[in-house]
Amino acid sequence: MYKILEKTQFSEKVFKFRIEAPQMAKHAHAGQFLMVRANETGERVPFTFADWNPEEGWVEFIFMVVGKTTKMLSTYEAGDSLEDVTGPLGQPSEFGDGKWGVIGGGVGLAIAFPIARKLVKEGKDVHAIMGARTKELLLLEDQFRSILPDDHIHITTDDGSYGEKGVVTAPEERLLEAGQIDHIFCVGPVPMMKFATLTAVKHDCPITASLNPIMVDGTGMCGCCRVEVGGETKFACVDGPDFDASKVNWNDLRARQAAYRTEEGQALHAYEEAICACHR
Amino acid sequence: MPQVNGRYIPDMKSPRTPANEEDPVERAKDFRPVDKGFTKEMALAEANRCLDCKKPFCVDGCPVNINIPAFIEAIRNEEFGRGLDIIHEQSMLPAICGRVCPQENQCEGKCIRGKKGEPVAIGQLERFLGDQPELASEPKMAPKNGKKVAVIGAGPSGITCAGELARNGFDVTVFEAFFTGGGVLAYGIPEFRLPKAVVKREIDGLEKLGVKFEYNAVVGRITDADELFAQGFDALYIATGAGLPKMLNIPGENLPNVFFANEYLTRVNLMKANRFPEYDTPTKRAKNVVVFGGGNVAMDSVRTALRLGAETVTLCYRRTEAEMPARRAEVEHAKAEGVKIHELASPIEFVAGEDGAVCAVKVQNMKLGEPDASGRRRPVPIEGSIDELPCDLGISAIGTNANPIAKLIGPEKINKWGYIVADEATGQTSDPRIWAGGDIVTGAATVILAMGAGKSAAADITKKLAPLAE
Repeated sequence: MYKILEKTQFSEKVFKFRIEAPQMAKHAHAGQFLMVRANETGERVPFTFADWNPEEGWVEFIFMVVGKTTKMLSTYEAGDSLEDVTGPLGQPSEFGDGKWGVIGGGVGLAIAFPIARKLVKEGKDVHAIMGARTKELLLLEDQFRSILPDDHIHITTDDGSYGEKGVVTAPEERLLEAGQIDHIFCVGPVPMMKFATLTAVKHDCPITASLNPIMVDGTGMCGCCRVEVGGETKFACVDGPDFDASKVNWNDLRARQAAYRTEEGQALHAYEEAICACHR
Repeated sequence: MPQVNGRYIPDMKSPRTPANEEDPVERAKDFRPVDKGFTKEMALAEANRCLDCKKPFCVDGCPVNINIPAFIEAIRNEEFGRGLDIIHEQSMLPAICGRVCPQENQCEGKCIRGKKGEPVAIGQLERFLGDQPELASEPKMAPKNGKKVAVIGAGPSGITCAGELARNGFDVTVFEAFFTGGGVLAYGIPEFRLPKAVVKREIDGLEKLGVKFEYNAVVGRITDADELFAQGFDALYIATGAGLPKMLNIPGENLPNVFFANEYLTRVNLMKANRFPEYDTPTKRAKNVVVFGGGNVAMDSVRTALRLGAETVTLCYRRTEAEMPARRAEVEHAKAEGVKIHELASPIEFVAGEDGAVCAVKVQNMKLGEPDASGRRRPVPIEGSIDELPCDLGISAIGTNANPIAKLIGPEKINKWGYIVADEATGQTSDPRIWAGGDIVTGAATVILAMGAGKSAAADITKKLAPLAE
């Protein structure tokens, strides 16, 4: 059992868990992920590390309520325990020298933050491009501001409720044109990563994406998480989750991510019915 | 027992006792065990068919050389506990091996009775004893020797090694990536062929011997050889299994509803997707399922698809049924349950339907040519002969490659295919503190071979680290 030490709520649907996992914290790296099985009947779901602390022995992940598992997780409180947490898994992110643009969209910001922090620690010049649908879904702004000067933070919201109205590609394009960035890391919803990649490629800028396909075991055994990269099939769990974004087949990834949408809806519905029944 | 002047006379008249199976139509509706195992009467009758050969070829056919005539004799005498003890000298997992070994290529394949008729049902007899574990003698435990061994992987090889070492006085910890033990016995082999209660019984038995289990621990990531040695472990046994599914490398392989068998089986066996939404992991229930491959994993896949309600399930194999590497019993079970065998066809493309998921598969028809290195006749394409089969769920079960996590564990030498290089007899690797065995050394093989490797490594670790007193 893995104890939840702290629960933080960022918005109606976005939460952070700090989990007691001393051995995992000792070996975690930016870009890696863990797999959670919340209870005996739970599914295994991957979450990329948002933070970790080897001295204090904890790891953190951020999740947004989208389906049954995340809805159920949101009801867990500090002091409760998760049945199984496995990690660290996947290849650590590796970065060369350069002027880095770190693009995070939605919950992807949770993954973008440790990457930006690592790059800053390594002494690189870093611009953060933070995108969200609306102001209240913008994650970790304070954390980004604690490591970067204001003129290195670029915020966009789809509805214009905060920062500039629009999507991440606008500031990305400006920074590329001004020569302020020459390497990009992006993580977020598939359409965002796809368009961030098209923009980068237009400027001949290398771009890495952290991919988030469905996984079952997360250790290379089942192949559920396969993605096509440069015409070759790769397993995101052991070959990734970071890949050269310019070579990713985004349509394939999107189709495989959506493969269980009906079942996910069914599971959520059954769960909500059950909750209602016991509240009656 | 038939005797003349006090001497055992084998029963030469009775045919081989048939397996005690559930009705094929009924059983294919759910995941109940297909083979109920021999009753005592059946076991006694079958034991009487054994010739009790002076030079028993069956023993040579067994990868771990179980003294087969001796345990069969014990069955004849109704000394079931003693029979089990005889098996336990070589194998700790008779309930499992009795169910999953390819006996027709091993012990039963060598049985003299098979020359002119049907071999003795050795696998069934082994299982008969294995299913009565309470009758076995308490294992002899050597005094604690103060040495610590880390076993990586709780599959058949790892748990065998752990059990042997614990009995030899070692302090053993098994590190397992999943949340439960058994490895392929848990995620790969379905409930209807190997009930999970049987696997759990073996793991519980090890815990009783003092073996510790660390679940959710992917060694190579959460820790590694250096750290384990620094923590005071004296030796490592790596038995992580083969892992990584092999690709067909054909167009459409990544379409939704095209699976590798490992994923398809893991969802059901380990995550219980057949009970979705009571369990959260979903799987796909389809009308027309096509599985590619001819091994046990392919058989497990087709039979699982039937149980998930498929209307047609087709097993496509590029050679003919005679060349299939699967256990004979599994091929027969699959056919009896309604699986269609489509011989001499190899997939060339999965075709997407309007919804973007697979709707058909194109297959290249083949014929058998000259024998290849394995001695089996090589399938060659019949030019221009291509069929399209309806397929709303495709599964490839064509084998596995080495899992790349294995090379993150320690400094032991890896060959160019990613498998660990280990001494064939002892399992010792290029690092004298590290042993390895099972599929991560040999590539995908059988449960009994993996088990045998675990046993040899345990013997070598014992000999080198803390020899038993004579």
